[in-house]
Amino acid sequence: MADIASTDAPAAALAIGEVDDSTARLHRNLMIGIAIALVIAPFVAYPVFVMKVLCFALFALAFNLLLGYGGLLSFGHAAYFGMASYVSAYTAKHWGLTPELAILAGTGIAALLGLAFGALAIRRQGIYFAMITLALAQMAFFFSLQTPRFTGGEDGIQAVPRGKLLGLFSLADDRALYWLVAAVFMGGLLLIYRVIHSPFGQVCKAIRDNEPRAISLGYRASQYKLAVFVLSAGIAGLAGATKAIVFQLASLTDVHWSMSGEVVLMTLVGGLGTVFGPIVGAIVIVSMQNFLATLGAWVTVVQGVVFVICVLLFREGIVGMIAKWIKKPL
Amino acid sequence: MFELLGVPPQALFGQLLLGLINGSFYAILSLGLAVIFGLLNIINFTHGAQYMMGAFVAWMCLNYLGINYWAALLLAPIAVGITGVVIERFLLKRIAHVDHLYGLLLTFGLALIIQGVFRNNYGSSGLPYQIPAELRGGYNLGFMFLPTYRGWVVIASLIVCLATWFVIEKTKLGSYLRAATENPTLTQAFGINVPLLVTLTYGFGVALAAFAGVLAAPIYSVNPNMGADLIIVVFAVVVIGGMGSIMGAIVTGFSLGLVEGLTKVFYPEASATVIFIIMAIVLLVKPAGLFGRAA
Amino acid sequence: MQLKTLLAATALGALMASPALAQQISVKAGVLNDRSGLYADLSGEGSVIAARLAVEDFKAADKGIKVEIVSADHQNKPDVGSTIARQWYDQDGVDLILDVPTSSVALAVNQITREKNKVHINSGAASSDLTGKACSPNTVHWTYDTYALAQGTGGAMTKAGGDSWFFLTADYAFGHALERDTSAVVTKAGGKVLGAVRTPFPGTDFSSFLLQAQASKAKVIGLANAGGDTINSIKQAGEFGIVAGGQKLAGLLVFATDVHALGLQTAQGLVLTESFYWDMNDQTRAWSERFAKLNGGKKPSMVQAGVYSGMLHYLKAVEAAKSKDSAAVMAKMKELPTDDPLFGKGTVRADGRKMHDMYLFEVKKPSESKAPWDYYKQVAVLKADEAFKPLAESECPLVKK
Repeated sequence: MADIASTDAPAAALAIGEVDDSTARLHRNLMIGIAIALVIAPFVAYPVFVMKVLCFALFALAFNLLLGYGGLLSFGHAAYFGMASYVSAYTAKHWGLTPELAILAGTGIAALLGLAFGALAIRRQGIYFAMITLALAQMAFFFSLQTPRFTGGEDGIQAVPRGKLLGLFSLADDRALYWLVAAVFMGGLLLIYRVIHSPFGQVCKAIRDNEPRAISLGYRASQYKLAVFVLSAGIAGLAGATKAIVFQLASLTDVHWSMSGEVVLMTLVGGLGTVFGPIVGAIVIVSMQNFLATLGAWVTVVQGVVFVICVLLFREGIVGMIAKWIKKPL
Repeated sequence: MFELLGVPPQALFGQLLLGLINGSFYAILSLGLAVIFGLLNIINFTHGAQYMMGAFVAWMCLNYLGINYWAALLLAPIAVGITGVVIERFLLKRIAHVDHLYGLLLTFGLALIIQGVFRNNYGSSGLPYQIPAELRGGYNLGFMFLPTYRGWVVIASLIVCLATWFVIEKTKLGSYLRAATENPTLTQAFGINVPLLVTLTYGFGVALAAFAGVLAAPIYSVNPNMGADLIIVVFAVVVIGGMGSIMGAIVTGFSLGLVEGLTKVFYPEASATVIFIIMAIVLLVKPAGLFGRAA
Repeated sequence: MQLKTLLAATALGALMASPALAQQISVKAGVLNDRSGLYADLSGEGSVIAARLAVEDFKAADKGIKVEIVSADHQNKPDVGSTIARQWYDQDGVDLILDVPTSSVALAVNQITREKNKVHINSGAASSDLTGKACSPNTVHWTYDTYALAQGTGGAMTKAGGDSWFFLTADYAFGHALERDTSAVVTKAGGKVLGAVRTPFPGTDFSSFLLQAQASKAKVIGLANAGGDTINSIKQAGEFGIVAGGQKLAGLLVFATDVHALGLQTAQGLVLTESFYWDMNDQTRAWSERFAKLNGGKKPSMVQAGVYSGMLHYLKAVEAAKSKDSAAVMAKMKELPTDDPLFGKGTVRADGRKMHDMYLFEVKKPSESKAPWDYYKQVAVLKADEAFKPLAESECPLVKK
C-alpha cells in the first residue's frame, strides 16, 4: 500500500526521524513564534474568530497526526470532534461541570469512541479505511440525531454556560476565555510534536512506510496503528470539546460528514504530513469561510475548487511548498 | 390468520418487495463504483453527484427540449457519461500516478463543485418530475398495491445489472477489461489501448449512476443534494460486498435493500443505521467483505 | 417687536428642531439566513429583497432614519450563524438580525442577541421555543411556529371531518414535536390518532411507511416532517394512490416553495397551514408583483413576507422611540399595533410572539390553477388567538408571574 504522505509529500518523509540540530532549532523558534502570535492575536483580530481558528487548527492537527504519521486517511473525524463537543456541552450545562472538566470529559469520550471505531477500521487500509471511517461516523451522526434527550436533536445543546475555570475564574469575557483556548491549543500542538518525535512516532513512521517489514521486525503494527488512532481521536475530541465551550453550543454540524471533509481540506491546503501545515490550512479555510459568508451559495463551490486545485497542482500544500523551498521539514 | 412477530405475512411480502426496489438503486450505484474501482483503483466520491445529474438532465430534457422519459433514460446517461469522460481525461488522468487516496479527494472536491453549481442554478427545494403516463397506476397483487413504476424500476435495474455483468464476464471487451485490471502494463503490451479503456470505463460507471438518477427522478425528490447522503450508504454496501466482483456488488445491493426493508417493518428507528451496523459486523468476521478477495 | 420675538423664537425652535431631525438615526440590519441550502428558496436573497422593500415603503430616508442592510449565509450551521451574529454585533455595528431559518441557528442567535442586548426579529424558524422556554426580551418571533401549524392543520382538519389520523414522523426532535403538538390538537378537537411510524431522517424512500399508513385506514395522514422528506413522502403517496384512495395528506410544515417543487400534479389535495399567501387580496398581489420582479419571477414565501413586515414594524418603532436603543425599540414594538399590507393588523405580545391570523389552504388541482404560482385555495381562517399558544399556557419566564 503506497501511502499518501510519503509518496507525495517528500517533506513529510523528512519530518520525522532525520531531525538535525538546525531543524530542531528552527522548529523551536517556530513554536516560540506561534506562542508570541497567540499572545498578540486577540489584540489585533476578533477574539471569537481567533478561537474558532484555534479549535479547527487543533482538529486538523489531530487529523494530520493520523494521516501523516499513521498513513491512514480518515473520512470520519467529525464523529470524535462532534461527540466530544456534545459531551462537553452536556456536562457543562446539565451536570454543571467546570469548563476544564467538561473539556476533559469530552476528550475522554472521543478517545473511547476512537478506540471502538479504530479497532474496526484498522482492519482495512487505504480507500477501504476511508470509507469505513466515513460509514462509522455516519452512525455517530444518526445516533446524535435520534437521541434528542442527550444531544437536543437538530436544535443542538444551546446556551452552554462558559462557567468558571477551576470554579474560580469567570470565562464569560471573550478575552478571558481566549487564554484558556490558546493554552489548550498550544498544549495540543506540543503534545503532537512530542509524540511524532518520540520512539513511538518512529515506529509509526516505519509501519506507515512498510508495514510487513515493521511486522517482521517484531512490531505489532495494528497496536501501534490503534494507538495513533486513539490519540488522534482524543485530540480531535479536545478541539471539539473546547469549541463547544467557546460557542456555547454543540450541534449536528459538528458530527456531519461535511465536517470530516472540511478537516481534510484544511490539512490538504496546509500540507499533508507537515507539522505546521494544518495550522496554516485552518487559518486559510476558516478565513475563507468567513469572507465568503456574504457570497452565499458559492461557498461549497469555492471549497470544491480549492480541493481540486490542491490535488492537481499543489499536493504539498502551502507549508509543504515552503519546506521544499527552504529544504527543511516543517 | 397467523402473524409473524405481529406483522401479517401479506404486509411482510409487500415490504420485502419495496426493499427490493430500494436494493435496485443500491445495486446499480455500487455496481458503478465497483466497475470504476476495478480499473482505476479510485473510489468515485462524485458518484452521488453524478446520480443527481442524471435526474437533473432528465428534468432538463423534459422542460427545455421536450424530450420524454424514455428518451431521457438513454440520453441522460450518455450526456453524464460524456462529462465523466471529460473528468477522467483532464483531471483523474493527471493523478493516476500518485496515491489513489488523492483520487478520493479530487472526486470529493468535484462533488462539492457540482452540487454547489446545481444549487445555485436550481435552488435546493427540488424540481417536479412526473411518472411517465405509460407507467402510472399500479397492480393489486392481493397482498399489496404495487405501483407499476416501482415494478419497472426493479426490472430495468436487473436488466442493466445483468447486462453489465455479462459484458464484463463473458465478452471479449470484458476480457480486455479484466486483463487491464489484473495487469495494465502487460495488457498494453498486447496492443490494447488501456488508457482509452480506462476513460471509457469511468464514463460507463458514471453513466450507470446517471441511469439510476433518471430511474429515481419520478419517485424521489429531484434536488441537488439527493445523492450526497445516499452515496455514503452505497459506500457501506460496497465495503460489505467487497469490490472484488461484479456479481458481488449486484447481489449485495439487492440483499441489503431487502434487509433494510425488513428493518423498516420491525424497527423503523434503526433503518437508517442498519446497513452501517451490518458493515461493522462484516468487518469483524470477514474484513475483505463478503465477496472480496483478501488484500 | 413681539412678532419679531415670536418669529425669532419659532426660528430658534426650528433651528433646535431641525438638527434633531437632521441628526439621523442610522440603523444597520443584518439578514442572516440560508443562501445555499434547503431553505435558500424560502428565505435566501428573497428575504434581503423583502427587507429592502420595507425600507423603501417606509420612506426611511425622509424620516431621518438611515438604513443599511447586510446579509450573510449561515449554511444552516449554528456555529457559523453564531460567529456571524457575534461579529455583526461586536464589530460591525449591526442593530438587528432578521429572518434566521433553521431552529438550531435561530436559538443560538436568540441567545447571543440577548447577551449583546440587540434586537432579533425571527421570520424563518419554526421552533415555538423561541417564545416559550427560550423566550427573550430582545426577540420577536414573527411569521409562524410549530404550535400554530399544529393548530391550523390539526384542528381545522379534524373539525372538517378528518377525525382519524396516522402520522409519518421524521425521527428527530422536530418531527416528534410536530407529532406531539398535532396529536394533542386532534384529540382535543374530538379526533383519534390511530398510530404513527418513525421514519429515518433524512429519508428518501417512504413507500414502506406509506403502506403502513394506508393500511391504518386513517382519514388523514399527517406528515410530521420537513423539506426533502416532505417532498419525497408526498411524491410517493401519489404513486401509491393514497390521495386517490380517499385518504387526505396533511403537511405539517410545507411552504409554497415546496408545492412549487412538487408540481400541482403531485401536490394536489394536500392540506397545509401558512400565515401568508401572495394571492390573498389586492395588496398582497400588488406587493408580490413588485417582489417577483426583483426575485427572478418567484413569488414571496411567507418567511420573506414576514421579513418585510418585521422590518417595517421595527422602523416604525425606531421612529416612535426616536432612538435605536434596543429596550426602547422593543417596548415600542410591543406597544404599537402592527399594520402592513401583507399581514394586516396585529400585535406583538409580551413574550415576543407576533399575533396574526393563520390560514388553512388546500393545494389546487392542475385544472383549477390558472397561472404560474396559482397554487392554493383557502379552506379556513384561524384567528390569531386560536392559532398561537395562549399566554396563560406559556412556558416563557417573561410572562410568568
